[in-house]
Amino acid sequence: MPPTPDAVAGPDSAHPVIEPGVTAMSVTAHVSDLVLERRTPLWWWVGFGLSLALLGVFAVALGWLFIRGVGIWGIDWPISWGFAIGNYVWWVGMASGGTLISALFFLTRSDWRSATSRIAESMTVFCVACAGIMPVIHLGRWWYFYWLFPYPNTMSLWPQFRSPLHWDFVAILAYVMGSVLFWYVGLIPDLATLRDRARRRWQRLLYGVMAMGWQGSSGHWRQFKMLYLILAALMAPLVCSIHSIVGLDFAGGLTPGWHETQFPPYFVFGAALSGFAVVLMLVMPLRRALDLHGVITPRHVDVLARLMLTASLLLSYCYLMEVFMPFYRGERADIIQVMAQLGGYYAPWYWAKIVLNGVIPQLLWFRRVRRNQPLLFLVALGVVVGMWIERFVIVVGSLHRNHSESSWFIFVPTVWDWATLAGSVGLFLTGFFLLLRFIPMVSMFELRELIHKKTAGDGR
Amino acid sequence: MTARPASHRDHTGRGTGHALRGTVAAFDHPDAMLEALRRLRQAGFSRLEVYSPYAVEEVDELLGRKRAALPLVVAAAGVLGGIGGFFLQYWGMAVSYPLNIGGRPLNSWPAFSTSTFEISALCMLLAGLLAFCAACRLPRPYDPIFDVPGFEQASQDRFLIWIAAREGRDDRALLHTLLPEGQGVRIDEVPA
Repeated sequence: MPPTPDAVAGPDSAHPVIEPGVTAMSVTAHVSDLVLERRTPLWWWVGFGLSLALLGVFAVALGWLFIRGVGIWGIDWPISWGFAIGNYVWWVGMASGGTLISALFFLTRSDWRSATSRIAESMTVFCVACAGIMPVIHLGRWWYFYWLFPYPNTMSLWPQFRSPLHWDFVAILAYVMGSVLFWYVGLIPDLATLRDRARRRWQRLLYGVMAMGWQGSSGHWRQFKMLYLILAALMAPLVCSIHSIVGLDFAGGLTPGWHETQFPPYFVFGAALSGFAVVLMLVMPLRRALDLHGVITPRHVDVLARLMLTASLLLSYCYLMEVFMPFYRGERADIIQVMAQLGGYYAPWYWAKIVLNGVIPQLLWFRRVRRNQPLLFLVALGVVVGMWIERFVIVVGSLHRNHSESSWFIFVPTVWDWATLAGSVGLFLTGFFLLLRFIPMVSMFELRELIHKKTAGDGR
Repeated sequence: MTARPASHRDHTGRGTGHALRGTVAAFDHPDAMLEALRRLRQAGFSRLEVYSPYAVEEVDELLGRKRAALPLVVAAAGVLGGIGGFFLQYWGMAVSYPLNIGGRPLNSWPAFSTSTFEISALCMLLAGLLAFCAACRLPRPYDPIFDVPGFEQASQDRFLIWIAAREGRDDRALLHTLLPEGQGVRIDEVPA
């Protein structure tokens, strides 16, 4: 049902979160049949094949890195943080989209979240996987990464708990485990549905084991509701804390351009922007490919586009402050650094980030753009690319104009830098395609409850 | 809808070793189930359980269930995790390996606060999952309730009330008057 052009955004009658005619059983049957019954479509095989090829690139890039060391990248002193750290911030930022949608908007009781939360959370799980790899491989001697753990050792050494880099390690650890846990717990009732609908033996075994024997008794539901609320209430501050701490990784250094008090919120806004963009990029094709038009409606796309616009405005404010503060402070190194950003070697990258993250998303003020899915997809793609560029500019653009002129340097990425970046995309896509095939991409039990509430007539 | 035949399964001596005897009533609509539940409670049935495809409000009140103790466990884990996490950092930085850097205090608690928060949150997440599994007695791959005919519908679109047979009483007639079989209601007796 295409919405009428003069419809006012907001009221449920004009922009339903569930299209008319969709019943609880039709959603359950459709979503579980996608996993259990449907023949794997051609697009899945093509997409999965390409993803596997990219994953192969990642394996080769990491293999060569493990043989030769970080010298295969373009990094050197003083630019010792190159792509790896930029990639890390990029991936962990995109991961935030899933957590914000499923945790934050669960707490605000937003009814549009139910249909998109599973896609968003599944995205998060593999984004944090990609993110977690990056800081480890950027260690020159990555096999010593366990030194980050405060374990009793014969050297009587401790990790430096006062360092933001160690805070970050603890934060990633909590966030990775929290994301996987949150995703899995939210999946348990749906796994039980799959177990009960499965006809093949391997399916019954797989989903039976994963569902752990969920019965759906009133006792089970009571505990489940409570646990899910607690997890959501924990994940919402955790996602804000991890991006704040990622910001502190930089703010804790004295490098011009990093030593900014605004960095923690700056990074949270950037993370939210890229997170919403990735969710949009996944939701729009998936509602077509999986025939989910009934439960993922233009209203969902519209809400995500508005969130993207909001995040873009918040981030644009930070971009302004980033240029204003050095001049306000009058610190010479800061001014040199910011002038180098605006007109130096990396200026094209800097202006690309401004255009892609700050300027183009302003198109989303217009309803016609928010309704135009191909255009919206391009805007979101621009944001995802722009956010990678932003992290590149923050990492490299600051390091290349440090306090002392003797440490001015130009970083040129090598083919292995690009291979690592492309390969990590392969890891993400491979994981996501696998989840797409074996996990219901819509939370069936949440939609059953939502449809019951909507049809019972008690409105929102 | 595919109903898996459960009757030919062996009901005795599997899994937990005990078998179920009683009646299960299946409803198409949660309101009908709630209405039946009310009647059953008024008739004095106490060993009841509801199985539903999503959490139905009011069921807990009708069954007289207490609030979940999960938040208390999680809060305790948070406090313990916070204290433990802070102590770990304090011990490492101020006692076991003190490093005097420019005369700054060794117990630099503001620098320990973020990790304290993260460790505390992590403990709460894990304790929540463990407490949930303990309270729900999961993982539990097999339970006799799975052999009840039509049980697989409870995770899809049916609302089931399980009525355990009362010792030494034959409630068949009473149940038939309380739960009139017909539109949207199906009654199954489950032999031991």
